[in-house]
Amino acid sequence: MRPFRLFGLFLRIGTLNELQYRANFWLQLLESGIALGTGLAVLALVFGQTPALNGWSQPELLAVMGVHTLMGGLIGSLIQPNMERLRDDIRQGTFDFVLTKPEDVQLLSSLREIRIWRLVVAISLLQSAIGIWEALAFGVALVLGGLMIYCFWLILTTVAFWIVRIDEIHELFSGVYQSGRWPVTLYPDWLRVGLTFLVPIAFAVTVPAQALTGRLTPDVLALSAVFAALLLLGTRWFWRVGTRRYSGASA
Amino acid sequence: MSAVAPAAGGAPGLRPTPAPPRLVHPLRGLFDVYVAEARIAIAEQIQYRAANYVYMLGMVAEPVIYLVVWSTVAQQLGGSVGGYTVGALAAYYIVWTLVRNINIVFTPWGWESRIREGRLSAQLLRPLFPIVEDLGFFLGWKPVVIVLWLPIAAFLALVFRPELHPSPLAILVFPFSLLGAYLIRSLNQSSLGLITFWTTRVGPIFELYIAVELLLSGRLVPLSLMPDWVQRLADLLPFRWTFGFPIEALVGNLSTEQLLGGLVMQLFWIAFGAVLVRVVWHFAIRRYSAVSG
Repeated sequence: MRPFRLFGLFLRIGTLNELQYRANFWLQLLESGIALGTGLAVLALVFGQTPALNGWSQPELLAVMGVHTLMGGLIGSLIQPNMERLRDDIRQGTFDFVLTKPEDVQLLSSLREIRIWRLVVAISLLQSAIGIWEALAFGVALVLGGLMIYCFWLILTTVAFWIVRIDEIHELFSGVYQSGRWPVTLYPDWLRVGLTFLVPIAFAVTVPAQALTGRLTPDVLALSAVFAALLLLGTRWFWRVGTRRYSGASA
Repeated sequence: MSAVAPAAGGAPGLRPTPAPPRLVHPLRGLFDVYVAEARIAIAEQIQYRAANYVYMLGMVAEPVIYLVVWSTVAQQLGGSVGGYTVGALAAYYIVWTLVRNINIVFTPWGWESRIREGRLSAQLLRPLFPIVEDLGFFLGWKPVVIVLWLPIAAFLALVFRPELHPSPLAILVFPFSLLGAYLIRSLNQSSLGLITFWTTRVGPIFELYIAVELLLSGRLVPLSLMPDWVQRLADLLPFRWTFGFPIEALVGNLSTEQLLGGLVMQLFWIAFGAVLVRVVWHFAIRRYSAVSG
């Protein structure tokens, strides 16, 4: 139960922190609204030319975009802020303070920063765009996908124990994440494999969207679960190797 | 624009002293500043070449996504969409990657932090218009960028098989159109960045600007794929001269008239941007008060 209590605690601190800056909610809403508007314009352009894209209809692609927005909100609220803080802590030596706390270091490093606005905005935009589906498969696929993105990001951040300057790697992810706006089945083979196993965007966005649109087969979901488990174990191992390298710059 | 020349004149009421001789010609001095800034940029960017490369790779994702989507549409429509075949689309988006890299300029985000953190104070002490420094620095970055871009272009060409048959004139016009695009985008984003003198935060305004640019410049999709009214709107705005024109110059089989006319339009928008940035600066700088510098 301890991890959940810890999560609840940081969620409360994060929420209190964010409530101090309520105007940021509106700015975030405006920015996300612009991004969503652009996305809708692109869909309108594509479907102005053709009734279906590679077998996906317009409402189905709208669902993909909705999941992409929701997952983007999860990443922006839960994953990215933690990883950025971890990156800075490793560089500046303030990672010492995390190491000395009587909690699991990976858990603590992954939960400290929670910025709710991105998620709140994503959910409120989703309701207007696609409505809320509560299918179980969708929920499971979304959680598994989120875990995989977390692992991917933590692996990249762990690299900071060896190479100090990794800001651009984070930039690289936000570029690649845009590919999730479209179902990965659209991409050529080499790219699809990369977007599935190298950067798990297929599992994070396309698979949950498949669940929403009734295209998900049980074996894909099973593959998703197995891959998530392997990735979690691998990440845990890599994280241990990384923290052993840490020597503290000056704190 | 002030150049690096000592101020002339003597104290009032005293025997007029002859103005000291100018050490350098104003324009010559300005040119030297550009060269110096460019050399700093080259040294700095070569030092961080790995970081630079990762950044460029991240940028390749955007055109590849557009290319895949529109190639799929073209294939479904029997081989072409809006006058572009699959091969021509590949050429469009591969040239896009070069134009995008040339189009990296000092952003309004940079202005925001420069003004918010008071770093502008130091720049104001120099006898130089701050935008000159930005123009020179980012221009100097370009040779590094082009060298780093070549392998990316080769890879994309191998994978996506572009088709383009530019005329000799098109090849000649292309580098000038790149320079024009760079200047137009630099000047406009500087003007936008100066808004921070009033608002402190530029985020949402800049996002909106980028969204409009995305749709009206040919960055998202060749403008010929857009509805008529969008194309007419794009004709009235500077955006298409920063993405669509340079790309089409090489890929779009433009006529001599269109090629040269395009350069003239770019000149017009450069002049417009230069005047605009001077006017906005004139009013903006009165608002400046540094917190710390």
